[in-house]
Amino acid sequence: MAVSDRSPIVTTRFERGDAHTLEGYLATGGYAGLRKALAMTPDEVIEQVKAANLQGRGGAGFPAGAKWSFLPKDVFPRYFVVNGDESEPGTCKDRPLMERDPHQLIEGLLISCYAVRASQAFIYVRGEMALAQERLAIALNGAYAAGYIGKDILGSGWSLDVILHWGAGAYIVGEETALIESLEGQRGMPRLKPPYFPAAKGLYMQPTVVNNVETLSYIPWVMQHGGEAYAAIGTEKATGLRLFALSGHVRRPGVYEVEMGTTTFRDLVEAPVYGGGMRHGNKLKAFVPGGASAPWFYPEQLDLPLDSSVVGPAGSMLGSGAVVIMDETTCAVRAAWRLVRFFAHESCGKCTPCREGASWIEKILRRIEKGNGREEDLDLLLDVGDNISPGPFPRPAVDGEEAVPFPYKQTTICPLGPSTVSPVHSSILRFRDEYRIHIKEGGCPYG
Amino acid sequence: MAEQTEQAEKTTVTITVDGRQVEAQPGELVIAAAERHGVYIPRFCYHPRMRSVGMCRMCVVEIDSGRGPALQPACMLPVAEGMTVDTQSAKSKKVQDGVLEFLLINHPLDCPVCDKGGECPLQDQTLAFGPGESRFVEEKRHFAKPIAISELVYLDRERCILCDRCTRFANEVAGDPLISFIDRGNHTQINTFPDEPFASYFSGNTVQICPVGALLAKPYRFRARPWDLDQVESTCTSCSVGCRIALQSSSNRLVRKLGVDVDPVNWGWLCDKGRFDFEAINSDDRLGAPLVRQGEELAQASWAEALARATEALDRAGRRPGRESIAVLGGARLGNEDAYAWSKLARTVLGTDSVDAQLGDGLPAQAVLGLPRATIDAACGADTIVLLGPDLKEELPVLYLRLRDAVVNRGAKLVELSPVETGMTRYATASLRYRPGEAAQLVRSLLELRTGDDRGNGAADPRRQAAELLRADSVVCVLGRPSLAEAPEPVCEAAAALVDALPGISFLSALRRANVHGALDMGLAPGLLPGRVSLEKGRRWFSREWGSLPSEPGLDATGILEAAANGRVACLVLLGADPLADFPDRDLARRALAGAGSVIAVDSFLTDSARQADVVLAASSFGEKSGTTTNLEGRVSRLHQKVTAPGTARADWMIAAELAFRLGGDLGLDSLEAVWDEIERLAPSHQGITRERLSSPEGFDGIVVGDVPDASDHQAPPSMAQSDSPGISGVAGHVKVDTLASTGMGSEARPDPQSGDQPAGAPEALGQAATVTGPRGMGYTEGEEPGAGAEAEAVEATVEAEHGSGGGEDVFRPSGGGGDQGTTPQRPPLLSWAGPGTTRPPPPRDRYSLRLVSSRRLYDDGTLVHHSPSLAPLAAGAHLRVHPGDLQPLGVSSGTRVGITSSRGRAVLEAVTDPGVPQGTVFVAFNQPGSAASGLIDVGQPVTEVRLETTPQDGDPGSGG
Ligand SMILES: Cc1cc2nc3c(=O)[nH]c(=O)nc-3n(C[C@H](O)[C@H](O)[C@H](O)COP(=O)(O)O)c2cc1C
Ligand code: SF4
Ligand code: SF4
Ligand code: SF4
Ligand code: FES
Repeated sequence: MAVSDRSPIVTTRFERGDAHTLEGYLATGGYAGLRKALAMTPDEVIEQVKAANLQGRGGAGFPAGAKWSFLPKDVFPRYFVVNGDESEPGTCKDRPLMERDPHQLIEGLLISCYAVRASQAFIYVRGEMALAQERLAIALNGAYAAGYIGKDILGSGWSLDVILHWGAGAYIVGEETALIESLEGQRGMPRLKPPYFPAAKGLYMQPTVVNNVETLSYIPWVMQHGGEAYAAIGTEKATGLRLFALSGHVRRPGVYEVEMGTTTFRDLVEAPVYGGGMRHGNKLKAFVPGGASAPWFYPEQLDLPLDSSVVGPAGSMLGSGAVVIMDETTCAVRAAWRLVRFFAHESCGKCTPCREGASWIEKILRRIEKGNGREEDLDLLLDVGDNISPGPFPRPAVDGEEAVPFPYKQTTICPLGPSTVSPVHSSILRFRDEYRIHIKEGGCPYG
Repeated sequence: MAEQTEQAEKTTVTITVDGRQVEAQPGELVIAAAERHGVYIPRFCYHPRMRSVGMCRMCVVEIDSGRGPALQPACMLPVAEGMTVDTQSAKSKKVQDGVLEFLLINHPLDCPVCDKGGECPLQDQTLAFGPGESRFVEEKRHFAKPIAISELVYLDRERCILCDRCTRFANEVAGDPLISFIDRGNHTQINTFPDEPFASYFSGNTVQICPVGALLAKPYRFRARPWDLDQVESTCTSCSVGCRIALQSSSNRLVRKLGVDVDPVNWGWLCDKGRFDFEAINSDDRLGAPLVRQGEELAQASWAEALARATEALDRAGRRPGRESIAVLGGARLGNEDAYAWSKLARTVLGTDSVDAQLGDGLPAQAVLGLPRATIDAACGADTIVLLGPDLKEELPVLYLRLRDAVVNRGAKLVELSPVETGMTRYATASLRYRPGEAAQLVRSLLELRTGDDRGNGAADPRRQAAELLRADSVVCVLGRPSLAEAPEPVCEAAAALVDALPGISFLSALRRANVHGALDMGLAPGLLPGRVSLEKGRRWFSREWGSLPSEPGLDATGILEAAANGRVACLVLLGADPLADFPDRDLARRALAGAGSVIAVDSFLTDSARQADVVLAASSFGEKSGTTTNLEGRVSRLHQKVTAPGTARADWMIAAELAFRLGGDLGLDSLEAVWDEIERLAPSHQGITRERLSSPEGFDGIVVGDVPDASDHQAPPSMAQSDSPGISGVAGHVKVDTLASTGMGSEARPDPQSGDQPAGAPEALGQAATVTGPRGMGYTEGEEPGAGAEAEAVEATVEAEHGSGGGEDVFRPSGGGGDQGTTPQRPPLLSWAGPGTTRPPPPRDRYSLRLVSSRRLYDDGTLVHHSPSLAPLAAGAHLRVHPGDLQPLGVSSGTRVGITSSRGRAVLEAVTDPGVPQGTVFVAFNQPGSAASGLIDVGQPVTEVRLETTPQDGDPGSGG
């Protein structure tokens, strides 16, 4: 097994009890990256981040450096927003970063703001994460007091304010334009892209960068060691390390910092340092490769590397880095229903196909799972799904059929709508028989 | 030809819609461009007057912008060169079917009991595009059936399709963010905040634009089925904005007014008063027959009897000497034709010039007509808007919407000069208070303020900001009467100071009463003749056709009432006027009615004043007669009859003609058409505004009298005002104009739906706003104008030539000096403003007196609101609004009743603290139920000084609440 022995980057301080304090952070080389950045020009900092090919960790995987250079020239003020709304089922890697090493995030944010000449920064933390909010608040106050934030940072003449904001418990606010609406004090509902690409018309209709917590947490290291050092890790297209939240029916569920490209899903499940193999030695039935909204993979896809450029064409995505393992004891119908129920509940209600379609699908699935299904419900499910995400829907190569590459199409405003279709499509694709049994026998064979 | 256009610089964008190449405007949305070229893309959330949100997804179609066809919402995407739109592809169709099915799965399908059934876009699109049966077997979503979200509007959340139209309207158009989405996912609903009703003056618009029957108007609910409705195009006459409407009836009763979208005026919006006060027209209290006094009583009489009594009174009065022996008060409620007939009757048969359409509550006619005028578009397109008038949100609601839009969405800057804060204050860059009577001092001080020497905090100083903004390139002043408790002169003086200092300034009148501008145009003011000419200058011109005219100018309303109070008026005619309710000084009005020899009231209701009359002639009302009306811009638009008047009530012009006949005269006016033709022929400002033009597509927007420049650079931003044809689309909220039957005015022409594509203000636009060098106040510009060429020269030559020319092209010009006056009189020059008269100085300030401010609220105790059951309860009643600092010395708190004393009278009202009322000033709304304001005002004084005192006898002095 080819598990890399590279030492971790963003999780190095996780075992120290005091990493969340300024003292603890400074004792382990904290804010050295910021000093280094302030000695460069903003454009030089961007060049380093570009060279690192640091891919976004919020879901879309867009390289941070490239994203920053989309900001229209000379339009000010421009804002920087940290997306800490992490709420996708199975995803829990931003939370430890905020709770255990908040200064690392703040330092990454400061460097990034310096690079893009942001006028003001906002950290948006999910409403339910009380500890993360508290630790970030204390860390921000400490950093202000020590001169890392505020006026004339470290004597550089450059100033920045960082504002901490927390949500009210809606998954959709993780979507960057909904997050911006929420920050503005509106109801958190996505804006349509185009025209509301944050880089052009973001917060208060000004150019805005939104980056994920994990993405930014890597920046101090990139600053200290250089973009090329980071790019040298992993493979050419899948660079660096990344956090994966492994959950479900493995022996050792947890958050692991893993080398991209060289590691496979099988490594993640089986390596003793990661999942440690299937629970009770059961057989793998299916797995979600990148968060609840990703189309499922099956045992055939286990040997694919953790590399978006491979996983996308193979029919799914690495998304938010949540890998959910389902063993043979899992009822595919119930699993699909549970996931759909989440999305139906979290639909913001803005656009018709998602608002109405998601709950319709949820109702049908619930009916089937409770034993009141009808034969025609399967086609109905697929067709309702097709009206939310017009097919062909992304899927891996199975049973001799070719893969349909990611991403999905949508009649909706944001990808939450199609996310509802993923579990439906994936479960029917492979486990149509399980549905039939539910329908014929009037109940769930798994009890 | 085609080649030439190819070569000329291309200003359009070529796109392909369903295989056909069409030209679109740059920035135009695909949905609008397709519709202009006959391809209707179904939609629910899109509304051309609001920001697109792309929520309902009904308009999603396959659009190829160069990277292959992709499903995109046509309401969000602007056109781009070479774009291909396929609204009929299998994929487009599948999306539309899908969205429609999604919208229907939870819909209650209670169409048979839904007000919208029959005119419902959801119903229509289901018929046109939808599936036959439902695949949805689950339990539908349930909500409590309709809930009242305000006094006027019900919400049925089960029918709601969450299109965000009502909420966008409330937040973005009205600026009343009182309804919003709550909850999420499939539980999302529209609602108000707890305990905060949707109390907006504009709430009825949400009912009109709701694409389903989710929002229902209380006054209309269950009243009619759409297929029983009959409608005509008309104009709202509930205030002087002149919103264009569709007036609908069922079984000869008015049931609904809908806003019609015209670019220069109301953009499809109405205020709730205008929308719902038709209830008064249907009221049982309407006069259906004349009344004559028999002792203490007014008894019903035949027309013959009543007219005989009226004739007798007028005849007797006419033989008395004195210019005021007969006086005519009122006329702003009338149509233009009515006003003309009465103006002619007064000047010729009755021989009096003591006529006044205003009741001492406006501004002198000379100022209103003589100052350089502006259109609404010009005001909205100005860099700086100066507001020197009443609270527009209360008095001219849709003008408030337009100006608010100009400030919020177009960056116009507002300078407000007012005695108290108003609904417009929050939109002002600089909002300055003046003490009643001291408006001119404030304006002069601003004009004298040097803006250059800005010391440090200049940006924060509103006076400096105001002074700076007054120096902008284009300035339009919205001018009205800020308070009825101060004389109009100081405001006129302030206007004069502005005109002197700012040569480019123009004015938009903010006089509120329905057709007050039309009545003034028709000469219902002392010293004025029809067509904006003075009695003196127009005498020769008019006397040729009218015969002899009064030899000297008569009295205005205040003068008439004073004369009547002193027993010098032998016969007072109230032309839809109720001085007891509307004249600022109630005591004088009371004495006048008592002192007049006899009183003839022409009215639709038995008002307080009409009760004092000797003869009451029943007049028909809005909706019961055709004709024209003129809005505050001087824009003439048409009124159409929809229902028959109660009993034998008649149009005012007919009553005038009848009286003339009985008095031995003949107005020569035997039909409505004849009246207009005479106006067009004789009234100098109205020449060329023919009936043909008024009933043409051009007339649909209304035609502005005189050369009023428009802001030529004014254009609605593309995303907001994709000018749909005037209110056309399958979605209600736009009235299908082509179905509006055209009646009255004797013309076949119907408004052409395409006319709405003209740029704002097209009919009268002179291109670049004219540089104002010459006598702009006189209503003409110097230099060449389109259409004014040699022809115009010829037109000038003789009156006969003018009669012959008839077309709409001619632009008449001032008579060329004194030299060439032959036997045929020249058309007289239009009125120009000679500046304010003498101003009575306000008394010196003293420590104990407070100055009273009084103006109207939208819902008052006026005739229309009072008789509209849905609106009457909304009149808030009268309070004394006072700065906390002025209440403190009395030792009482907000909510206590206090006594208010002026030189005229005393009143007791509940005091409410209001920091928007500056110290030294108090505010009492005019004409509210229980309001005592008119009992405190003495029109003989320049301002109304009052004192406050505690009133132990009126309540519990100690309690604060
Ligand atoms: C439904 C939905 C939910 C999302 N939730 C999150 C989230 O919780 N956290 C996050 O960082 N990004 C989330 N995203 C992605 C963001 O829109 C955005 O792409 C990301 O924050 C950009 O940061 P990155 O470039 O650093 O990845 C979500 C996207 C969608 C469509
Ligand atoms: S797809 Fe769903 S979550 Fe996204 S905007 Fe539409 S309703 Fe909201
Ligand atoms: S109430 Fe009507 S206008 Fe408002 S969101 Fe619902 S359907 Fe749209
Ligand atoms: S603003 Fe005036 S004209 Fe317009 S609807 Fe209201 S009352 Fe009628
Ligand atoms: S999404 Fe375009 S009309 Fe609603």
